[in-house]
Amino acid sequence: MTARQLRVAAVEPLTPLVTRFRFECPEGGSLPLFSGGAHVVVEMPDDGVLRRNAYSLISDPMDGSGYDIAVRREDAGRGGSRFMHTRVAVGDLLRIGAPVNLFALDLTARKHVLIAGGIGITPFVSQLKQLQRLQLPFELHYAARSRAEAAGLRLLPDLPQVHLHLSGEGKRIDPAVILQGQPLGTHVYTCGPQALIDRVAEVAAQKGWPRAALHAEAFLAPPTGAPFTVTLARSGLKIEVSPHQSLLEAIEAAGVDAPWLCRGGACGQCETEVIACHGRIDHHDHWLSDSDHAANTKIMPCVSRFQGAELILDR
Amino acid sequence: MTIQFNDETFRDDYTFRNSAEAIRRFPFPFDRDSYMYSVNMEPHKGGREGSPFEKRFDVDEHYVAEMRDRAITLTEDPLRCQSLPHMELAGWDLLDLIMQSKAEDYPDLFSLQRDGNQWHWINRPLGIDQRFTFLDATTLPCGPMEYITRQAQGDFAVLDQREGNLWMDAGMVTSQADWSLDFDIGMNFFEWHAPVPRAAEMGVFQRALKFLLNVQQGSPARRLNWTMTVNPRLDTSPENYHKWGPEKRTITPENVGKKQFLRVELQTFWRLPRSNALAFPIRCYLISLEDLVTVPKWGRRLHRVLRDLPEDLAAYKGFAVNRPMIVDYLARFDDGAETSPGIFAD
Repeated sequence: MTARQLRVAAVEPLTPLVTRFRFECPEGGSLPLFSGGAHVVVEMPDDGVLRRNAYSLISDPMDGSGYDIAVRREDAGRGGSRFMHTRVAVGDLLRIGAPVNLFALDLTARKHVLIAGGIGITPFVSQLKQLQRLQLPFELHYAARSRAEAAGLRLLPDLPQVHLHLSGEGKRIDPAVILQGQPLGTHVYTCGPQALIDRVAEVAAQKGWPRAALHAEAFLAPPTGAPFTVTLARSGLKIEVSPHQSLLEAIEAAGVDAPWLCRGGACGQCETEVIACHGRIDHHDHWLSDSDHAANTKIMPCVSRFQGAELILDR
Repeated sequence: MTIQFNDETFRDDYTFRNSAEAIRRFPFPFDRDSYMYSVNMEPHKGGREGSPFEKRFDVDEHYVAEMRDRAITLTEDPLRCQSLPHMELAGWDLLDLIMQSKAEDYPDLFSLQRDGNQWHWINRPLGIDQRFTFLDATTLPCGPMEYITRQAQGDFAVLDQREGNLWMDAGMVTSQADWSLDFDIGMNFFEWHAPVPRAAEMGVFQRALKFLLNVQQGSPARRLNWTMTVNPRLDTSPENYHKWGPEKRTITPENVGKKQFLRVELQTFWRLPRSNALAFPIRCYLISLEDLVTVPKWGRRLHRVLRDLPEDLAAYKGFAVNRPMIVDYLARFDDGAETSPGIFAD
């Protein structure tokens, strides 16, 4: 992975739970540009544990002067967002990977409908800038509980195509209404809670939308869970995965090189063969098929966990 | 480093030639004495000094003549360059990548000044001095992809990435090993590779696609591919098969060393920043058998590879008809000695 050390240039709370961080080159100069929907992986040296979390870029894709991300504090999570909120200050140096896009706009679309729930607004901030620059037709629907919690309000342009749905004010988002009457060739992009993604997919299926016109990104953080033991056959190692560590992080902590890209169960890069499984793999990924999940012959160590007597991986 | 550009042709009288330096730096594609398909990718981050792997976009003594040949082909058949409407941003990405790389890697040949979106490009070998507005196609004589690929050696496929697949949605293709952009435009990765024998059953394409979908910005990759061509012709296209196909029958035991060429493609893969498309430059290098055998290791090895190649691969690569003559010729340069590992000359 090509990561580079960047300087924290700004830390700005957007809401009580969401903070914006800006990174710039310490020596000045410009960073690689990116496309709407791209993310970067931030490396966090957290008391001897190296965490790597992926965050959508919310700055202008055509502006290489810095990278902005918005981080929601998840106190029940593994600790990455807590690290960002409590330990990172202006002037600090952090290693940031090159931008990767696993949620790109499909530029063959005639129109783009973007549906965000909560912190799922983040990938759309840069997509909106790309759509405006390319002068493509779009509408954005942003669902949040209340104005006070809606970090996106500070990040979105004031445009008639941007629609706010605040459940606290009795305006719950309704995908059936949004998809109604959209022109042929429209693509819909959803990012937010799994229930919202599922609801959009369900409505689109009922209306006969082609599958290729549906795009979704679940902001999947590796879940916490009970500790477990894994044997890495090729490396000849037996490792412990702690409750607040992902299997991938434990593999890396043991000094074993494993490929990865999204660290969120979506890209397929860290797919690993299971040699023996006496117990149950808790598959949390969106990559493997249902039959793969049932067969327990493959695992995505970035998000999935294990309970049982023995798990042996080809790694 | 100053390059002396050849005045040469790739058609009609075929005056193409390789200097001693061009022979020495030829990208010989076989790292062992046999060949089978593989996803032989490696990072494209420089290479041996003077080799074609050293720079991001290699410029050599054939540059000016190759660009002249491309212009002829485009005049006769404008459909060799196509870009579907959603690919213009990727075209700008490609222009940016090539201009910046060439200006940095060959400052004596190319220069790029950027002031915001006001760009000034100078290409000394081709005598071009162009001021234009980046992202405004009306300020260039043609679209951005066509503009820059008329000034860059090799073919260019620009692949859109969507639906977990790659789509051949733009390209400049005038020096191809018998495939057609006009036929393949809009196809996905599996569709345009359908004619390749064996590889699909071997799972090569699934693995290659997975690799390519994950190529990242700033981490380009490369591989070599090869075939055989009679006469130093760049445009071996299906569209012009009637012109070059019959030339395969002009090979004799007397002229095979001069007229039979090993054709090597240096393929590179680049993630483009603004469009998330994948640029796939396919750079073609030609060397006659008689020049190739001046490197003893290459003569021995090419003999063994071609002698032992499965018949269907020889047919797909289009030289089955001449294989006996080629192998007989190369056998004279194979004394049975062991060859060293790797592609480079000893």
